[in-house]
Amino acid sequence: MVKRAARVLCVTLALALAGAGIAGCAKQEQGTRTLQFWTIGREGEAVAKLLPEFEAEHPGLHVEIQQLPLTAAHQKLLTAYAGDSTPDITQLGNTWIPEMVALGALEPLDARVASSKIIARDDYFPAIWSTNVIDGTLYGVPWYVDTRLLFYRKDLLAKVGYDHPPRDWTEWQAMMARLARPQGKAYGVLLPTNEFEQLLALALQQDDPLLRDDGRYGNFRSAGFKKALAFYVSMFKDQQAPMMTNVGIGNPWAAFGQGFYAFYLSGPWNIGEFRKRLPPEQQGDWGTVALPGPNGPGASNAGGSSLVIYRASKHKDDAWALIEFLSRPAIQARFYEILGDMPPRRSSWQAPALKDDDKATAFRDQLERVKPTPPVAEWERIVTEMQLVAAQAAHGDLTIDQAAEEIDRRADRLLEKRRWMLDHGHKATP
Amino acid sequence: MNTTRAAWLFVTPALIILGLFFLLPVVAALFLSVTDYDLYALADIRNLRFVALQNYWSLLQRPLFWSALGHTVYFVVVGVPLSLIASLGAAMLLNSPLARFKPFFRTALFAPVVTTVVAVAVIWRYLFNTKYGLINYVLDSIGMPTVDWLGDPHWAMPTIILFAVWKNFGYNMIIFMAGLQAIPGDLYEAARIDGASAIAQFRHITLPMLKPTMVMVSILTVSGYFQLFAEPYVMTEGGPLQSTTSVLYLMYEEGFKWWNLGSASAVAFILFVIMFAVTAAMLRLSKRGEAA
Amino acid sequence: MSPRMAKALINGLLIGGAAIAIAPLLYMVSVSFMPQGQASSLPPPVLPTHATLDNYRQLFLNAGMGRYLFNSLLISTAITVISLAFNLMAGYAFAKLEFKGRQRLFQVLLGALVIPAQVAMLPLFLLLKYMGLVNTYGAVIVPALATIFGIFLVRQYASGIPDDLMEAARIDGAGEFRIFATIVMPLLKPIMVTLAIFTFLAAWNDFMWPLIALTGQEHYTLPIALASLSREHVQDSELMMAGSVVTILPVLVLFLALQRYYLEGLLLGSVKG
Repeated sequence: MVKRAARVLCVTLALALAGAGIAGCAKQEQGTRTLQFWTIGREGEAVAKLLPEFEAEHPGLHVEIQQLPLTAAHQKLLTAYAGDSTPDITQLGNTWIPEMVALGALEPLDARVASSKIIARDDYFPAIWSTNVIDGTLYGVPWYVDTRLLFYRKDLLAKVGYDHPPRDWTEWQAMMARLARPQGKAYGVLLPTNEFEQLLALALQQDDPLLRDDGRYGNFRSAGFKKALAFYVSMFKDQQAPMMTNVGIGNPWAAFGQGFYAFYLSGPWNIGEFRKRLPPEQQGDWGTVALPGPNGPGASNAGGSSLVIYRASKHKDDAWALIEFLSRPAIQARFYEILGDMPPRRSSWQAPALKDDDKATAFRDQLERVKPTPPVAEWERIVTEMQLVAAQAAHGDLTIDQAAEEIDRRADRLLEKRRWMLDHGHKATP
Repeated sequence: MNTTRAAWLFVTPALIILGLFFLLPVVAALFLSVTDYDLYALADIRNLRFVALQNYWSLLQRPLFWSALGHTVYFVVVGVPLSLIASLGAAMLLNSPLARFKPFFRTALFAPVVTTVVAVAVIWRYLFNTKYGLINYVLDSIGMPTVDWLGDPHWAMPTIILFAVWKNFGYNMIIFMAGLQAIPGDLYEAARIDGASAIAQFRHITLPMLKPTMVMVSILTVSGYFQLFAEPYVMTEGGPLQSTTSVLYLMYEEGFKWWNLGSASAVAFILFVIMFAVTAAMLRLSKRGEAA
Repeated sequence: MSPRMAKALINGLLIGGAAIAIAPLLYMVSVSFMPQGQASSLPPPVLPTHATLDNYRQLFLNAGMGRYLFNSLLISTAITVISLAFNLMAGYAFAKLEFKGRQRLFQVLLGALVIPAQVAMLPLFLLLKYMGLVNTYGAVIVPALATIFGIFLVRQYASGIPDDLMEAARIDGAGEFRIFATIVMPLLKPIMVTLAIFTFLAAWNDFMWPLIALTGQEHYTLPIALASLSREHVQDSELMMAGSVVTILPVLVLFLALQRYYLEGLLLGSVKG
């Protein structure tokens, strides 16, 4: 029995090693330069379709893509830096740039942009560009933009007597009040409680900055933020928004199609999703519109992803060539067609697919009116905490004042090291 | 003499590995937990500060830490008894002289133990899917209300507990089976002659005789369940609304997502101390029971 | 209750329990053969309308499953083989060879058994970073090359070997290594098999540490790759099920082939936790 067991074990191991041998032989051919390119979420598959052209233009250069899942990307990027295994070039959410800059991980790009024939700074939406500039130095080139605005059901609005989308908060609120039917399980708007972008967009519409004293302290106790938070919370209190996470909602597109809610505060990728998922007869029933502000059209967040080069890269020129390639208006237009990621430069918006698309133009409109978030390394954590507290307030566990104070308290704690760094002459950004 | 040298040669490789990659890091973790090792210190070690017990102190003031601890305790307090009941029940069924095809049933009941958490989580997530899952479909078709299993903060942890019990009960089942087999059959024989019911037999023979096994199994299971991580990582990512964020999940996020190694080490040590205290208390209690 | 009813009840409960235990696994196999999209239809399908291998094809051709399978095999095998050698040697020495401080050293190891491995993880990452091992196979393999549990298990078993055997060989002039190789090892065979299965399964199923230490997908093991894939392809249930089948099947087969040793080891290891 022992003998047989030992034999089984040996066979397993032998098989394993044989497998090892085969895979070892299957290693790719050498002799070419390989550019490591990390992408986050769905961009990897789309950009893979553009790369053959790039590789054809640059013989001897091979781009190897690694796709990081969105929810694990932040951890992977940091551990890669800690483990000295960073790629040459990566996609980076523009709110993560300050963090990577604080680590000194990124290559400054000012000189390269200055001499570039392709990347023209003035062609980019200014707020989007500015998210890549930390303390006067440029560390990334915007790749695509992301902002939040309203998807809405025209037919449902018409039913309650409106022939146009909302222009300001008052009008929007009035519409939602008419649309919401808690008993019949219909709501005005979907604001997934685990996403911070919606509240952030409303907060950015205010004049008060979100942090004060050069990013030393939170400023969530400001009248402006409280106003945004109160508006946000009121939508849940008045049952105009369902108390749901985006996990709980399951299929937000189908629910939108079924009229579960008439407004959906979300991003550009959903244009493609709705086109794909809603039946043809419903395609005329929905539209997009810039986010209403407290008084007239308001701001939204200057989100999106940039392309950055790691300081440790040994192929910086090649990496820059890839960035320039991906920044060409023609390529950006194709990228939009494949994935629906919107380009960060105005000339790319001249492409017919974007210019003539009534659903996309609302975004074009919004992009002229977006605002960046505070460029501190701790921002991601602060905004995460903000949403956790806001969800509690929406639940009714905290009042607006309590919630604002709590967010400030958490933000101040997170910013403690930054304050120390600034006050002791250690530069928070190298 | 020759033997001594050989002995050292024999133990050295293992000791080097354990010393360098386990014991040394444990000691280092203690040091790390009194510093504010963070992103800035990672960039430049001169940004490292000694902060004494501040990491511990501020953790104790953070609602997230307490809720993570609460979720972990919830998982342990509900999950361990459920798991033990399932294990003991299965072991007694398998041990019954009336049971047929014992090897088959034993293997079937044990199979989930050897599977990979991440992989079986995939099927559980599908079974418990709010919309397309079989569970909700069955509930709905027998007229029961459906549940947003993994999306509702109140239901996510119970769902994870069910998953963990399903995955793990087979392990203790085997140990209980051995314990049951060690109980002399004539004890039951005598009880039966005295006319004791099955329940009385269970209470007065099985449970007392099984006590040493029970103590050991409970302690091992409790310390295992305190280390909850993979289940929430793959099933819920700690959500919804952080309702499944466990202490280890918090440590992972603090440490490797936000790169606060100082505070993450403090989390690890607090967990260790709690586990140690709880298991020691269990051991002490069981000993006192014996003495009485 | 009549004996017949009792028998029916007990066997009925066993059937029910076994069904709960393995039905999800069977269901997983079934869904893995469904064409894409079928799993997201109502009522939930139990069997594929027409079975297809597409999901497996896509996994191996597009998702790089072959690579992950190879990584898992390589890492688990390396850990099993080397740690088996180290643990056997140490366990035997602690059981049978006299040396100064043996008892105390073993007490220290036993005491360390109560420390959860996660306490060491953060500094371990930094240590491996300075050794240049992060994001290599070594980051996962090297720290696992000896386990206190393994040493303990071998020591338990080796204590039962009669000293006379070794003494006789020593008198015949055999060296310690020869004694270990020719006399002790054959006697330790059952525990070797047991420990090998345990180690292999644990290495195969390990999640938290590889998740931390392997940053690049070229080194991912199956569980890490699966967790990563399932975050990207939430809707593609069929594909994920196929990935789960590939992940579970090897260890399940190994267990079924050698379950006697596994279960014995489980009992031996928990005699004195």
